[in-house]
Amino acid sequence: MDLNALTECLSSTSCMVTQATSGFIIGMLLFLVAVGLTLIFGVMKIVNFTHGAFYMIGAYLAMTVFQATGSYTLALLGAAVGACLFGVVVERFFMQRIYGGNVLMQLLVCYALVLILDDLVRIVWGPEFKSMGMPDAFRVPPLFIMGGVVPPFYLFLIAAALVIAVILGLAISRTRFGKTIRAAAHNPAMVSVLGINTGLLFTGVFALGCLLAGLAGGLAAPVRSLTPGMGFSILIESFIVTVIGGMGSILGALVGAVLIGLIRTFGALGFPLFTEALMYLAMAIVLIVKPSGLFGREAA
Amino acid sequence: MKRPALRDVLFGLVAFLILAALPLLTTSSALVDFVIRCAALGLFATSLNLLVGYGGMVSFGHGLFFGMGAYSFGIIMQRTGMPIPLAILLTLVVAAIVALAVGAICVRLKEIYFAFVTLAFQMLVHSMIIAWVPVTGGDQGLRGGIPRPSFLGINLADQKQLYLFSAALLVLGLLAMRHIVSSPFGYTLRMVRDNPTRAGFLGIDVYRTRLTAFVLAGVFASLGGVIMSLFVSGAYPEFAFWTMSGEAVFIVMLGGTAAFLGPMVGTVLLLLLNDFVTRVAEHHGLVLGTVILLFALGLRKGLLDFVMDWREARRTRAQANSDRIAGTNTIQASDKMERVAT
Repeated sequence: MDLNALTECLSSTSCMVTQATSGFIIGMLLFLVAVGLTLIFGVMKIVNFTHGAFYMIGAYLAMTVFQATGSYTLALLGAAVGACLFGVVVERFFMQRIYGGNVLMQLLVCYALVLILDDLVRIVWGPEFKSMGMPDAFRVPPLFIMGGVVPPFYLFLIAAALVIAVILGLAISRTRFGKTIRAAAHNPAMVSVLGINTGLLFTGVFALGCLLAGLAGGLAAPVRSLTPGMGFSILIESFIVTVIGGMGSILGALVGAVLIGLIRTFGALGFPLFTEALMYLAMAIVLIVKPSGLFGREAA
Repeated sequence: MKRPALRDVLFGLVAFLILAALPLLTTSSALVDFVIRCAALGLFATSLNLLVGYGGMVSFGHGLFFGMGAYSFGIIMQRTGMPIPLAILLTLVVAAIVALAVGAICVRLKEIYFAFVTLAFQMLVHSMIIAWVPVTGGDQGLRGGIPRPSFLGINLADQKQLYLFSAALLVLGLLAMRHIVSSPFGYTLRMVRDNPTRAGFLGIDVYRTRLTAFVLAGVFASLGGVIMSLFVSGAYPEFAFWTMSGEAVFIVMLGGTAAFLGPMVGTVLLLLLNDFVTRVAEHHGLVLGTVILLFALGLRKGLLDFVMDWREARRTRAQANSDRIAGTNTIQASDKMERVAT
């Protein structure tokens, strides 16, 4: 425990800015993964334990495309589209069989898929740590905002994630697709009776979730090291985020993600060895006080 | 009530004698090691099934108690050197207290939230193990060996005696759990699982029933942890990591949740599978994952459940045939009653 470091940082703007920025990038990446999880849970009512694997696949695809073409835009596109297509395959072959099944079965199928996907990545890309490297466009000296050091890539990352969050929020609240999704989350049988192909809709929602996870992987690739197990830690964190925010709530995912991001960066100062535990503590406290999460509706 | 209990004890005695005779068949220590690991994981998985199969509570943090058992026992032995039976007893008490505290918070929650909060508490303990280096050894694990002073003429430093001791603990633990699930409490627990609202109306304290099951499961899981720490002569953070819980859930699924011995069957299957796969294949996750998928999507239930349902189906079919011949339905009705009771 190092409370001095924490109070020292809290009293200096430069340190606050630096920490808050890194908290926000962690939060934004988490949001992109968590929002997919929350959508998938909201509509299909399955807890998709494989979601972290799509983030991992996105990151590896981004690295491969980037090394082949040198274009970060293409890399991001490859990560998102690749993870999305992969998601369609997984949904069609495996996930469809466990909708409505018991939780145990869902956990088990996902556990198996995570084992398989981690090993596939290990076979294709090798077991050792990889790093993608920073795209040239962002190889510029960091900005100084109120004395805090902020790499330009961080700003890009936060901006990109925020834009996606806004687009997603509008899409869910305004478009026909969004309305259908919300209706299906509420009552899939009714939606199906109204002549909407719910099977296809489920695949669509799953693919959308995977696309976002893949994109998050692509965005994270320049600043994180890549290993075959990287999906798991982000998965657990995004679960914490969705549970804190309330499963099925997009706003909850955003708030929870930023909260966890800040807990991580500021917690790392005050409680270096106990940062992980702080997140679990936060989740346990929220669940004890409000068992359905901050923005979750009371489960029926 | 009395006769089945006697039958269980006899069954346990025979099982222990068979286990005790096993090492006479072979000189290799692989079998001995295998059974000790089976004892540790089997107690752990069977205790999880108290929650999953009998209580309808899918815990994803049961590894907490396995790790807790291994660490508490190891630390107690390293620091105090008290007699082993006393240390085991103390470990069980510690596990019960922790389970009471954690369970008091968790068992109120529904399905998936229950799974998550148990997972959260487990990871909380996992990070405490990592962080509390002076006591737990951090991510290196509890090393330096666990002292094993002899007691009552039993010397656990000897692999053969450790084997007998583990087998005895396994049989005793299973008998105790068997007794719990066939007691009135066990039936109350099943009722709470099937319909908590109705159970509440009948005057059953649902919360207390669940909490009791949670504490009992925690205690037996920690006994598994004790055996494991004796076997590896230490304790490692992985014991309290989420994969441990995942493995236990998998074992329970693999073997079956409806039959009491399902998790034991699952344990043997998984360990055989693990040993076989690691020997044969380089990509262990790929093979293991595929097998799990085949099980989960193909069989859709545990192996022992599958076998039992299959036998059940055959028996009812035979019954129906003989009924047709005898022209009566009364036997079938009584058969149905019996099925409901099990």
